[in-house]
Amino acid sequence: MFYRSSTSAFDMSVESFNSAEHLENARKQADERGLDKVLVVDIDAHHYETDNFKEILELIEDPVLRQSATNMFAYKGPGALLIDQPGYQDGAGRITRYMERKHEKFPADGTPREVAQTLRWMDAMSVDYACIFPTPMLFMGLHPQVEVEVGLSRAYNRWLVEKVLPANKRLRSMLYLPFNDPEATYQMVKEFGGKPGVIGFMVVSTRYKPVYDNAYMKTYALLEEMGLPLSFHASYNWNDQLISLTNRFITAHALGFTLFNAVHCANWVINGLPERFPKLKTIWIESGLAWVPWLMQRLDNDYCMRTSEAPALKRLPSDYMREMYYTSQPMEMVNNRKALEVTFEMINAETQLLYSSDYPHWDMDLPSTIWDLDFLSEQAKRNILGLNAKRLFNLDTSDRF
Amino acid sequence: MEVFVAKSSAIAEGQRVLIDHKGQKIGVLRVNGALHAFLNLCPHQGGPACEGMLIHKIEEVIDEDKRYLGMRFHDRDVHMVCPWHGWEFNVETGASAADGKHKLKRYKTIEKEGDVYVVV
Repeated sequence: MFYRSSTSAFDMSVESFNSAEHLENARKQADERGLDKVLVVDIDAHHYETDNFKEILELIEDPVLRQSATNMFAYKGPGALLIDQPGYQDGAGRITRYMERKHEKFPADGTPREVAQTLRWMDAMSVDYACIFPTPMLFMGLHPQVEVEVGLSRAYNRWLVEKVLPANKRLRSMLYLPFNDPEATYQMVKEFGGKPGVIGFMVVSTRYKPVYDNAYMKTYALLEEMGLPLSFHASYNWNDQLISLTNRFITAHALGFTLFNAVHCANWVINGLPERFPKLKTIWIESGLAWVPWLMQRLDNDYCMRTSEAPALKRLPSDYMREMYYTSQPMEMVNNRKALEVTFEMINAETQLLYSSDYPHWDMDLPSTIWDLDFLSEQAKRNILGLNAKRLFNLDTSDRF
Repeated sequence: MEVFVAKSSAIAEGQRVLIDHKGQKIGVLRVNGALHAFLNLCPHQGGPACEGMLIHKIEEVIDEDKRYLGMRFHDRDVHMVCPWHGWEFNVETGASAADGKHKLKRYKTIEKEGDVYVVV
C-alpha cells in the first residue's frame, strides 16, 4: 500500500502486512511478563464486517431491503447502506494497519479469514478469549431508517452466530441490538440469547433513544431472566448539535465517546433501573475510565439536594455505579498515575473492571497496560485481565486453562 | 561497538533500514541529510516506532491578529510516527512531539567509506 507523506521523499510503500509481525513487540511483552499463563479475556475487540458485507447482505430477510442493499453496495460500497461519519481514525495514514489489514494473507486451510485474522492478533497479544464487535455498524443508531438498522443488525447477528462464532471457541460476542426499535430489540434477545458464543447483548450508545423508555422494560426483564449482561458501546456523532462545535477529530473523539455513555448511565441510575432489575448486569464500553468518578461525584452531590427527583433510589447514585462493569480501554494513563489509582478505587476495579483492547483500532491497549500498573496486586491484575470477565459471563475456559 | 547497518547508498533521504542486534531491532534512517538511529520500541506501549510514517511536523498558521488561518507542514522538523497508536517523535531528538518527556532510545551513527554503522 502507498502512503502519501508531506514530501515525496517520505512517501511510504508497505509491501505486505501480517498481524503477528505488526504485533511482534506485543508478543515479546507477553513473553517477558508470562502472560500466556494468565487468563486474558478481551471484552471489546473489533472486526470489520464490511470485509464480508456481500455475504451479510444476503442474510437480510426483507426482500425489498436485500434487493436495494445489494445493488447499493455494488454501486457505492458499504457506505451506501451504513451511515458513516466524517473523521480519520487512521490518523491520516499514520496508523498503517487500517489500510494494511485488508490485504493480509492467510493459508487456505478452510478457516474463515475473519477468524484467522482475529486469532492471529489474539495470539500475538496473549488474549485467550475475545468478545468481538462490528466496526462501521457502530454508527447505525444514527440511521434515519429504523428498519435498516433492524434488517442489517439481524443479518449481521445471523452471520456472526452461524459463520464466525462456531469456527472457534475463543471468539464470543455480545450481539448488536437495534435499539431504535424496542420490539425488534426484544425479539433479538429472545431469538439469539441462547445461541452458542453469545455472552450478552450490546447497545451502541450513540443514538437518541432514552434507556428509561417503558418500551424497553420487557427486554431488560428478559435479559435479567436469561442472566445475560447488557452493554453500552460508545462511538461518536460529529453531527450531534453539541459535538459539532468541535473542529478536530481528537475533540470529537475525546468528548463524543464519553458523553453518550455518560448520559445513558446517568439516566439508568437516576431512573432507578438498578432497583427494578437488580440482577441485570450492565457494562459501559470504550469511554475510558475518567468519566466514571466525574459522573459519580456530580450525581451524588445533586442527589443529596434533589432526592425527590430520583425516588426510586435507595442508595447514592455512585453506589449503583460501583456495581456496574466498565471496560478498561482507552485507559487514561499518560501523566497522572495518582488520578488513575483513585479512579480504580472509586469504581471497585478489582471486581468491576474488564480488560479490553479495542484492537485493531487506533487507540488500542495491550494487556501490559494493566499488568504493569504498580498500584495493583497480582490478584487484582489477574481479575481485571480475565477473572472478572470469567465470573461475569460464566465463561468456560477449560479449553485454555 | 560498531555494528554494520548498510551501504550508505541503501539509506537515501527518507529511507530507513532496520537491523536486528542481539534480539533488539534498531532503525537507522536519513532525514535532512543526517543519519539517525533509534531502538524500535515506542515508550508508550512498546510499538515498532521506527516502522511508521516519516512526516513533517504540522503547525498552525496564526496571523498577527492571532487569527487561525489553517495548517501547514514545517519546512524542516520531521516526525517519525509509531504505527501502533500514532505517537510522533522528532527525528533529531527522539523526543515525543506531545510532551518532549517520553523519548526513543537513540544510538550514535557513523558513516565511513560508503558504509553506515550504529554504535551500540
